[in-house]
Amino acid sequence: MSLFDMRLSEIHNRLANKELSVSELTEASFRRIADTDHKVGAFLALNEDGARKQAAELDAQLASGGERGLLFGLPGGLKDNMVTEGLRTTCGSRFLENYDPIYDATVVQKLRKAQSVTIGKNNMDEFAMGGSNENSAYRPARNPWNLERVPGGSSGGSAAAVAAGQVYFSLGSDTGGSIRQPAAYCGVVGLKPTYGLVSRFGLVAFASSLDQIGPITKNVEDTAYVLQAIAGHDERDSTSADVNIPDYLSALNGDVKGLRIGVPKEYFGEGIDPQVKEKVLEALKVFESMGAVWEEVSLPHTDYAVAAYYLLASSEASSNLARFDGVRYGVRAENPANLLDLYRRSRSEGFGAEVKRRIMLGTYALSSGYYDAYYKKAQQARTLIKRDFDQVFEQFDLIIGPTAPTTAFKLGEQINDPLTMYLNDICTIPVSLAGLPAISVPCGLADGMPVGLQIIGKPFDEPAVLRAAHAYESHTEHHNSRPALS
Amino acid sequence: MTINLKDVEHVANLARLELTETEKEQFAGQLNAILKYAEKLNELDTDGIEPTSHVMPMANVMREDQVRPSWPIEKVLRNAPDEENGQFKVPAVLE
Repeated sequence: MSLFDMRLSEIHNRLANKELSVSELTEASFRRIADTDHKVGAFLALNEDGARKQAAELDAQLASGGERGLLFGLPGGLKDNMVTEGLRTTCGSRFLENYDPIYDATVVQKLRKAQSVTIGKNNMDEFAMGGSNENSAYRPARNPWNLERVPGGSSGGSAAAVAAGQVYFSLGSDTGGSIRQPAAYCGVVGLKPTYGLVSRFGLVAFASSLDQIGPITKNVEDTAYVLQAIAGHDERDSTSADVNIPDYLSALNGDVKGLRIGVPKEYFGEGIDPQVKEKVLEALKVFESMGAVWEEVSLPHTDYAVAAYYLLASSEASSNLARFDGVRYGVRAENPANLLDLYRRSRSEGFGAEVKRRIMLGTYALSSGYYDAYYKKAQQARTLIKRDFDQVFEQFDLIIGPTAPTTAFKLGEQINDPLTMYLNDICTIPVSLAGLPAISVPCGLADGMPVGLQIIGKPFDEPAVLRAAHAYESHTEHHNSRPALS
Repeated sequence: MTINLKDVEHVANLARLELTETEKEQFAGQLNAILKYAEKLNELDTDGIEPTSHVMPMANVMREDQVRPSWPIEKVLRNAPDEENGQFKVPAVLE
């Protein structure tokens, strides 16, 4: 078994037995990136000096003994919208091309405490807006399973890096599916936690009522480790939930006998690839064989979710991105005639097309005369969508369906048709609007491309989501498939 | 509801964006398509339905009004495109 195929617990055994050092592991990660990233494009910046220094310190600790952190020595990536002091953070945007953060995001501090090694910053759609990584201002990331296809987005670089064996985990962020959809397209595991479980302090804001950070890994057990390291209340994020954090690793134990699963018929509607449907139905048979029961259910407002989401998320974005004004950081236009000219030209030079489009849509939806018709109406639709889930969860423990209606599409195929691109998120957006935890796990290949199975839980019931995902994984081999990447 | 070029210019002004003629035409078309799709929401009867701004039950979070250390000014200005005497510098606001 190659180093890249090992799980975190196996790596830890090797480190403890002195069969491997953190420096060796770190160098292996950089070597793999040197060998593959000219094809994959998963990284925007590498933390070579910092990571090597960190690895040497951890090796010294390994020699002297002492308690080791939860993610000790593990090379990891970070989506480039989480700020890192001393390591450029661009958000995939020209606007922040030279942005040098003055502090670390809470998740970055937590990773340091857990003693993982930060390898670098992962590529992404600009300001996390997009589902293909083609909106990166630098270069598109590509799908390791087929370099002609997109890795998904907006955390495309994070998912591609894990799938390519460049890092053991990466943190992504999910607003309408941006962890789960790229995880599905790249054949890896991606968890969007319940809204508020992980601090957003130091995450560059896109849509504050939806944004949530979560892990992308090769298997469910590793996801539980990473989640354990990053979850928890943070006084610097007043929307972070003040709840007790359970032991996610022990939650993996136990079976799914008697588990009640609802399968929403709307997630198999128009636009679903028959092969994706077949893989999801096969996965449900696996759950049946383990003693779970499933039944078709209805989430009747699913069809309204994409419309509501694009109005709400764009409105929040238009407000959040007002801070990029060319005054305190980022791009400043040359020779401005006055302050207004400075704002307008700095923003117009710094932002790409998708970001401008969403700012325009959000500004329009919030503008005088249209607020009730668009913004408020979308907020009311959000209430109805959330109620759909509440009702199903009165009778069921989990909801299972596809993560995305198709497998990864080709680069360039949808870039000029924003609406079609938005509809790829039909199965992930309703879950985001309801703030629920959901994981995508690999459930097979369709024409050589990975298919993702989405397991959705009640608020803060990550333990049930992880247990079901782990049970499924233990009975299947899909998570062990790796792209050839030749 | 259709958006014309004048609407696009008005919204761009509100959003502090300066668009090229090509961008204006492109956005008018794309925003019309997106808003037409969003009209789907009008099928929903939302009379008496509370709008959801946040999914989790949440209230204002208060803390004691105590003085805490802040960032040193050199750090805060590290990314400033222009600065003078420990302050961000912008073009004159008053004529």
